[in-house]
Amino acid sequence: MRVTEAPAQSAVRQAVEAPGRQVGAEAAPAIETSHLTKRYGTFVAVDDLNLTVHEGEVFGLLGPNGAGKTTTILMLLGLTEPSAGQARVLGHDPTREPLEVKRLVGYLPDAVGFYDDLTARENLLFTADLNQIPRAVARERIDALLDRVGLGEVKDKKAGQFSRGMRQRLGIADVLVKNPRLIILDEPTIGLDPDGTRALLDLIRRLSLEDHITVLVSSHLLDQVQRICDRVGIFVKGKLVAAGPIASLGAQLAAGEPLVVEVQVAERPQAAAQALATLPGVAGVECSGDTLVVRCGEDVRAAIAHAAVPFGLLALRARGYSLEDIYLRYFR
Amino acid sequence: MPGLVPIVRKELADHFSSRRFFILFALVLISGIGAAYVAAQSIREELTRTAEAATSVFLLVFTASNGTLPSFVTFIGFLGPLVGLALGFDAINGEQARGTLSRLLAQPIYRDSVINGKFLAGLATISALLVSITLLAMGLGIPLVGRLPSPDDLARLTLFLLLSIVYVGFWLAAAILFSLLFRQVATAALAGVALWLVCVFFVGMLAGVVANVVAPVGQDAPALQVLRNDEIRRAVARISPTRLYAEATSVVMNPSRNTLGDLVLASEVQGMVPSPLPFVQSLLLVWPQVSGLVALTCVCFALSYIRFMRQEVRA
Repeated sequence: MRVTEAPAQSAVRQAVEAPGRQVGAEAAPAIETSHLTKRYGTFVAVDDLNLTVHEGEVFGLLGPNGAGKTTTILMLLGLTEPSAGQARVLGHDPTREPLEVKRLVGYLPDAVGFYDDLTARENLLFTADLNQIPRAVARERIDALLDRVGLGEVKDKKAGQFSRGMRQRLGIADVLVKNPRLIILDEPTIGLDPDGTRALLDLIRRLSLEDHITVLVSSHLLDQVQRICDRVGIFVKGKLVAAGPIASLGAQLAAGEPLVVEVQVAERPQAAAQALATLPGVAGVECSGDTLVVRCGEDVRAAIAHAAVPFGLLALRARGYSLEDIYLRYFR
Repeated sequence: MPGLVPIVRKELADHFSSRRFFILFALVLISGIGAAYVAAQSIREELTRTAEAATSVFLLVFTASNGTLPSFVTFIGFLGPLVGLALGFDAINGEQARGTLSRLLAQPIYRDSVINGKFLAGLATISALLVSITLLAMGLGIPLVGRLPSPDDLARLTLFLLLSIVYVGFWLAAAILFSLLFRQVATAALAGVALWLVCVFFVGMLAGVVANVVAPVGQDAPALQVLRNDEIRRAVARISPTRLYAEATSVVMNPSRNTLGDLVLASEVQGMVPSPLPFVQSLLLVWPQVSGLVALTCVCFALSYIRFMRQEVRA
């Protein structure tokens, strides 16, 4: 919990939020990498990465396992030295000033672990000690944090008895102990049930909205990234293949290709298909179950919707605009 | 140095509350106290029989053995390695397996604080264990023998304690090194036990074999050849820290001992006054062993240090 909120930071946040989450160019980026490269022998884990994460946003690093997400994160924290290129995190070079970076950045590793024979609170107190936070301040902050992540009831239970979801939430509390300006979460929802996932994502979203913490979250799960991130970078085989707000990313990648619209109707799909095929601008309609796949030469979604209403229109979706389509295209 | 103090504090708390430590403490305590008690009993019988007293009867509590039980010093040489290994074999790979290492290293601390803190906390634990058990044995010995330790005895005991801490520290450093070299905790523990077996038991046999090959001693071998065989045997055995420790403590804890070997030429001892050595002279006699032991410990720790600093967080 942020006891005092840095005024400068909330000002930045407002500047960031004002133009519809389009970030003002004057704000210094929280993370900036230029030509960042990491090679292990001949294997290139991260290849010439140029990434910018703005202050106050939730940035999703999306990519399959082994794409170089974790390696990138380790370089940002100064835990691994880049083979080439450089990074700046909150104005510091992680390779030269790792301590400065680690003071400001909270990191939740993908397989986060705790000392099983210490209680939740003792585990966090140890982190506070390592951050040289005075005990009295730390105790207060830790109690508030544990309440916030929903572990207030079990704060004196040993961490060894915690479930996976509780550990992950304890991990978030642990990351927040140092009052970070930026948090980096590596696959935070891995191994969580849907309920735990939802709770964790809500928590992350709230950290961004209420505490104005910049969040970099890596994941291979698209729907989660889609739910909480302002901007997304797609990472494949060590390369950043696309980056930007989800909406524009879809449009940008789908540009120049024929529009395909999926229409779901409640009644008589065959008849609906025939009706839609007669619309101007529609090149063809395929019918599978209650879903019609409509190929159009131009964007006639409004007309399609209108025509489909008599058949009980349930859903209408332009294929190629969603992150899922982008994801599938790149990850194959 | 940011991070060192909290890490040392946490490691100490871990050691002193771990079952592993208590099992070892009990093991060393029972064998050490048992050995001291048996030794003190036989000293008392000896003292009542012969009125003439050796100069440092008191130290015999730690070094004497009546044949049924090894002496206190022998027990420490034998069990000390287990203490060191037990405190360190999962130092780093255990943190990796639990997923706490990357979390630890993401805190604003110097990386070497982790390994330094673990080593220092281990050394402090070892010191506490050895000092307390030695003091207990001393307390047991005083009423049984009926003598107070002389200042010379105390100096020798202090040196013995320092040597023992360095010796067990070597095993701790070796264990930490294994915990870096092997990902699996069980593998590191086994490697430690293997090294212990080699250093404690097999080095003696190996040294004998080497000596017999280089300088075979037959039925009618000349004295010089026998002496050479013995020298080679001892030189080879000195690759083991256990051997160095045994030689150093045997001289430090026994003022009347003025040579390292059991075999000496008559010409060498000619004119030698058969009186106990002063403390400093005893120390001088085993100075190579002492510095060898310290060097081995330092090298072992330095290797772990370098290895840890170069290790990828995620290999």
